[in-house]
Formats: sequence, structure tokens, C-alpha cells
Amino acid sequence: MINSRFFNRSELLGFLSLLLLLAVILPLFLDVFRLNLVAKYLTYAFVALGLVMCWGYGGILSLGQGVFFGLGGYCMAMFLKLEASSVANTKIQSTPGIPDFMDWNQITALPLFWKPFHSLTLTIIAILVVPTLLAFIIGAAMFKRRVGGVYFAIITQAIAAIATILIIGQQGYTGGINGMTDLRTLNGWDIRTDHAKVILYFFEVFVLFACIIAAQFIRLTKLGRILVAMREQEDRVRFSGYSVANFKIFAFCAAAMFAAIGGAMFTLQIGFMSPSFVGIVPSIEMVIYTAVGGRMSIFGAVYGTLLVNYAKTMLSESFPELWLFGLGGLFIAVVLFFPNGLSGIWRDHVARHIDRLIAMRSSKSKKAWAIKSAADGAPAE
Amino acid sequence: MSDEKKPGLHSPLRRKLLMGMAALPAISLLPRTSFAQAPATSAINTTGLAVTDTEVTVGILHSVTGTMAISETGSVQAEKLAIDQINAMGGVLGRKIKFIQEDGASDWPTFAEKAKKLLVNDKVAAIMGCWTSASRKAVLPVMEQYNGMLYYPTFYEGLEQSKNVIYTGQEATQQILAGLDWVSKTKNGKSFYLIGSDYIWPRTSMKIARKHIEGKLGGKVSGEEYFPLGHTQFNSVINKIKLTKPDVIYAAVVGGSNVAFYKQLKAAGIDLSKQTLLTISVTEDEIDGIGGENIAGAYACMKYFQSLDNPNNKEFVAAFKKMWGEKTVIGDVTQAAYLGPWLWKMTVEKAGSFDIDKIAPASAGIEFTKAPEGYVKVHPNHHLWSKARVGQAQLDGQFKVVYETPELIEPDPFPKGYQ
Repeated sequence: MINSRFFNRSELLGFLSLLLLLAVILPLFLDVFRLNLVAKYLTYAFVALGLVMCWGYGGILSLGQGVFFGLGGYCMAMFLKLEASSVANTKIQSTPGIPDFMDWNQITALPLFWKPFHSLTLTIIAILVVPTLLAFIIGAAMFKRRVGGVYFAIITQAIAAIATILIIGQQGYTGGINGMTDLRTLNGWDIRTDHAKVILYFFEVFVLFACIIAAQFIRLTKLGRILVAMREQEDRVRFSGYSVANFKIFAFCAAAMFAAIGGAMFTLQIGFMSPSFVGIVPSIEMVIYTAVGGRMSIFGAVYGTLLVNYAKTMLSESFPELWLFGLGGLFIAVVLFFPNGLSGIWRDHVARHIDRLIAMRSSKSKKAWAIKSAADGAPAE
Repeated sequence: MSDEKKPGLHSPLRRKLLMGMAALPAISLLPRTSFAQAPATSAINTTGLAVTDTEVTVGILHSVTGTMAISETGSVQAEKLAIDQINAMGGVLGRKIKFIQEDGASDWPTFAEKAKKLLVNDKVAAIMGCWTSASRKAVLPVMEQYNGMLYYPTFYEGLEQSKNVIYTGQEATQQILAGLDWVSKTKNGKSFYLIGSDYIWPRTSMKIARKHIEGKLGGKVSGEEYFPLGHTQFNSVINKIKLTKPDVIYAAVVGGSNVAFYKQLKAAGIDLSKQTLLTISVTEDEIDGIGGENIAGAYACMKYFQSLDNPNNKEFVAAFKKMWGEKTVIGDVTQAAYLGPWLWKMTVEKAGSFDIDKIAPASAGIEFTKAPEGYVKVHPNHHLWSKARVGQAQLDGQFKVVYETPELIEPDPFPKGYQ
């Protein structure tokens, strides 16, 4: 089905209602603390968005998205840490002017690979390029050899484990298991104030919608169609003369870049980065957000991330000793009863009625149009 | 206790405090209206903390889920016990303590999030919490930004001092130096093999230990190795130990790794009654998992052991077991966590206010004579004066105290010559 419009009607509805929710309703009704929590949840929505592209559309399940999230986050954290480690702030150290954890580990000069992070421009470039480059190397090494499916998932998981061990082991350079804490200012602007948190929130929402539009754009191009075709019948696409590996590498790199942007946002919002976002468990959690939201749906991924994280916070506040069971139960219920996640529920139970309503209202005057739009409301593939 | 003979303890302040404490139970017997005589809320709480005319809210922030739950549960129990006891005595400035418990879930960012929630949303007057250094490092900026007060119970690496934290555990030198001196003297230890988990606390501790061994004791370090948290394969290092035959194995292996480490030592034929092993990371809680038979004979250097023979401790152990069951064990950190609510109560009463800006300076010089470890005093640097003790692990999972420093050791989080 070829759709000439950028969003069909139900997608436009999803887009606008998400925009309304994130940009108007939540900031109006939540205090700064809760809004900051939403901002934290939304950083994972970037990862989920990337997973919709690479897992939902491309069929490539990556269990190592935490690595890219962490890389983006660490790049940002290195910049902020250098700014927070000015000579004046670190007078009590044996070597002033270097991050505190380096001083604890008897490092006396700033390592070479830290130097570019004095510059914000280079940092932003690093956030976008380094994780993408890593994804390219992994993707090229795997997909060119036609490693896919479960094997790919296992390898990405192993990479997540390796990355964690590397970061923890090199604590003189990375802060080890403590991570990089006590980040304060961004080019002199204090990111810890409530005011800054609100501004950062809106900036994040803006970037998220830019990413959503980018993802939608990719989905609608021929590239997106080939990704879906590849997921359904890889061999047939290959025999049609397409280089399957290149398309897969592209999807994986795009997902990595989205995750890295999310990671950088996370560091800005929370004010620290640690290896606990890089390992296997957070990476799998990120896949769960996508699964709960519905892995085919761009908006579902965002809603799924928000819902799971909100449930996590609420349950753990109300039942500090039992909340993990509640969360586990939620996942089991979703997977058992709603395999297509939230977007599946929406599509099967809500969207259908809305479509019928609209169709009934306009049936007299524009019968033909109504039939067409009802068809548009069906799954886009 | 020899503490009791210290001249400084008969200060007027202490007497006042004791009289105050003695009078407190009486207050709880009076009818409710008598609370009106407690100071007005507006006078003792000028910064909008969660203090009403009858209640004050504090936060408890530990991991009750995840890998750290096994260690942190004891701290939660001790803090709840202390709060219960304080409430039974009439509370703090006539207000009962109510607590809000949050789960850090063994996850450092969650700790930061929950600390922020407790300070910003719940406006708690103090937080008893954190365990690992990583969680404290994550929470510290939050405490400083929102001006909270954290009572941190774990022995830790030092190199930190904050207006917004009271460290009720030992900083590294308080725990390490006395133990090394003792082992070097009584066990004639000249060569040491250092083994630790790979993160900031063991690494900093080993750095201090190495400087002390090489610089002050004239010994040598025959090996130094670190393993990732959760590591369970110690065979290679045990082989190296067998080859180098150090006088002392000095261990700072933490958490679940301990179980594998001591079992493998035993399986490799290293008899801890002949080979001296000194650890700074095994308390009664860990022995619960390791098994007394696997570690019997090893020495641990701590400030508190459940078996300490003093009236305060007997009372504490009895109360703890009554509340949490006969089978619970009490380790060093659990006792330090128990100190938190008490020290806070005394500081608030000394300051006559719940305001953080008033209790931070008032903390210096606070003495707690009923501490299970004997007697503690808060140093102006917000750490505690405390003793160091060496205990030998027994088959039943308890420690037999074999050495105790005669004097309280001054806390020195930034030790000169050890950095």
C-alpha cells in the first residue's frame, strides 16, 4: 500500500496526541521533580525508537543497545566532568584540574582521548559519530558474514557485557563502577537548577520529535519498505538484487545513533553516567519497553517506555519490597495477552471504533473517502 | 568499658544529654496535650521540612532488591529499630519519627532519583541510607544541591567530606592502619598479598595499606590483585599465593565473591588457622553466606562485632533479635546504621532545630554513650571517632575479639602521606 501523505490519519492522531501530552499536559500538571522523571523516561524512548526501526521493521534484535546509550552518555559526561573539574574546583587533589576519580587512581595527567572533550562541538560530534561508528563496525562484521537472528542477539549481549567490564576495569579513565558523578554546568550554565531542568525537558521533547519524524521518514522511503521486506523474506530480497547486509547495517547504525542521543540527554538530565546503563540488564530492559509499547509502532515505543518506567517508579515507591514482582507480572501479562503491545491494543480495540465513528459521520457525503481512510487506519504494512 | 574513664566524657553536655534522655520516657507517658509544650514547629523548622506538631518524617534509602539487598537489609532493620526506640522514648523534640522507605534497587541512578524524591517531594528532615560507595557518590550531589542530611553507615574509602553527610562508618585509615599494625606485631607479618574486588573502595584501601606496609612497617607487598564484582574464580590467585607464601593474605573481596573465595581457599588446602588472613570486608552478615566452617580462623578488622562484651551491646543485640528474629546476625555496618537515627536525634536536640544549616555545625562533638560499639563522638569533619578491633572468625559464624585499640582513633578522610 503506497501512501503519499507523510502521516496517515491515525498516525497524525498519534503524533498530535503525543505532542499534546509531552509538550503541554505533562509540563502543566507535573511539578519539576516529576517532570524531571518523565525527562529521564523519555531518554529511554530514544532507544526504544531505535529498536522499533531495527527490531520492529528490520527484524534485527539487538540486546546491546545499552552500549550505544552508554557511549553517548559517557561522551556527554566526559565534557561535563572536565568542565566540573576546573583547577579551582579540584584544589584539594594531588593533581588539580583532572577529574577526581583520576586523582584517586594516581593518574597525574589527562589521558589523550579525554582531550577532545574540552570542546562542546567535538563532544556533540563524538556523541553522534562514535556509537554509530561502533555499530557500523559490529554490523559490518556480522551482517556481511550473514550472522543474524539469535546469534546476532547473543553477540550484542556479549558486547554489552564486555563494555561493562571494560568500563569498570579501567576506573582511572572511566570512573569505574561509580561512573562519572557530580556533573554541574554546560558551558557555564548550571544544569542542576529547576529552571534548567524544565528547559532541558523541552529541548529533549523537541529532539525526540525530530527523531520520530526522522524515523517516520525512513519508514516511508523505499529503504523502510525494503527493511520490512527483509524481515519477512530475507532471501527473496537478496535474490531481487538488494544488498541485504547494507540495509541491516543502516538500520542498526540508525538505532545506535538514536540510543546515543538518548544517552547524552540522560547525562544532561540526571547529571551522571555509570556502567549500570551499559550492561546486559538495562539493554534487555530497553527491549522490554519496546515490546510493551509494540515493536512496530513508533509512538507505541514512546508510550511503552513512559508506562513501564512510570510503573517502575510508582510500584517501587509504594511497595519497596515487592515492586519487582509487580513489574514482572506486568511484563508477563503484556507478553501473554497483548503480544503486539500497547499499540496492538490501541489498534484492535480503540482505533477501530474511532474509525467507525468517523466513517459513520461522513458516510452520507463522502462515502468513498470514508472507506479509504478506514483502510488507512489499518496497520501500515 | 575503658571508654568510661575518658575525662572528656564527664562534660556538662553529656550530663545534660543523659538527663534529657532519662526524662524523655516520662514525656511519652503524659497525655497528648502535653506535646503543646514542645517547641513550636515554626521555630524549629524554618526551611519547610516535613515536621508537624506531632511528627517528623525521615527517609530510609537502601537496596531491598537486587544484589546489594543481602547486605543492606541489616541496615534497614537497624535503622527501624533505632527509630522505634527513639519513638518509645518520646521522639525528637516532642515529635514522633515517621519514616518513608525507598528502594535503591542496587542501582546507583535509582538511589539518586529516590534521594531527590525524598528531599524534594517528601521534604524529609534526614535520610538514613546508601551502602556502596557508588550509591553514595550518586546521592551526594543531590544532598548538596537540595541541602539534605545523609547518615551513611558503611566503612568506606575516605577522600570525602561534606556538610550534608555524617559518616557513621569508618573511613579507610581508621579501619586499615590499626589492623595492619596488629598483624605485623603479633603475627610477625612481613610479606603481604593484597586481594580485592575491583572498585574504588578496595583500590583506595589497598593503596593505603601498601603505603603503610612499605613505609611504616618495613614489610613488602608480594602481590596485589583485583577481581570484578561478582567474580567467582579465584583458583589462579590462590595458586600464586601458594607459590609466594606471604605471611599475611590481606583481603577486601566484597559481596557474593566472598563465598567462592573462602571455599576455594579451603579446597586448595590453605588452612586459615596456620595461614594468617586479615580481611576488611567480612562481617557476620557475610559469614552467614560463606559458612563458618569455611572461614574459621581468619581475622577481620572492624569497629564492631556482634560478640562485643559490653552492656550497651548486649541490650542492642537483644532488642535487635526481639524485633527481627533470633536467627538474624549483626555486622559492623548494621551497627553503624543503628547509630544514624540516634546521632541525628541528639544533634537536632542540641541544635534545637531541624534545619539542616543548624544541625550540620551542631553535629561536631555529639557523643553517643549508648552506642553498641561502646562510645562514639562526631568529629568536626563529620566522621566518627571510633576504635578498631580485630576479631577471629569462629565456626558458629561469630567473631572472637582478639584485639582492640586502647584509644578512639581520630577520623582522617584525607590522610597525609597515604594519598
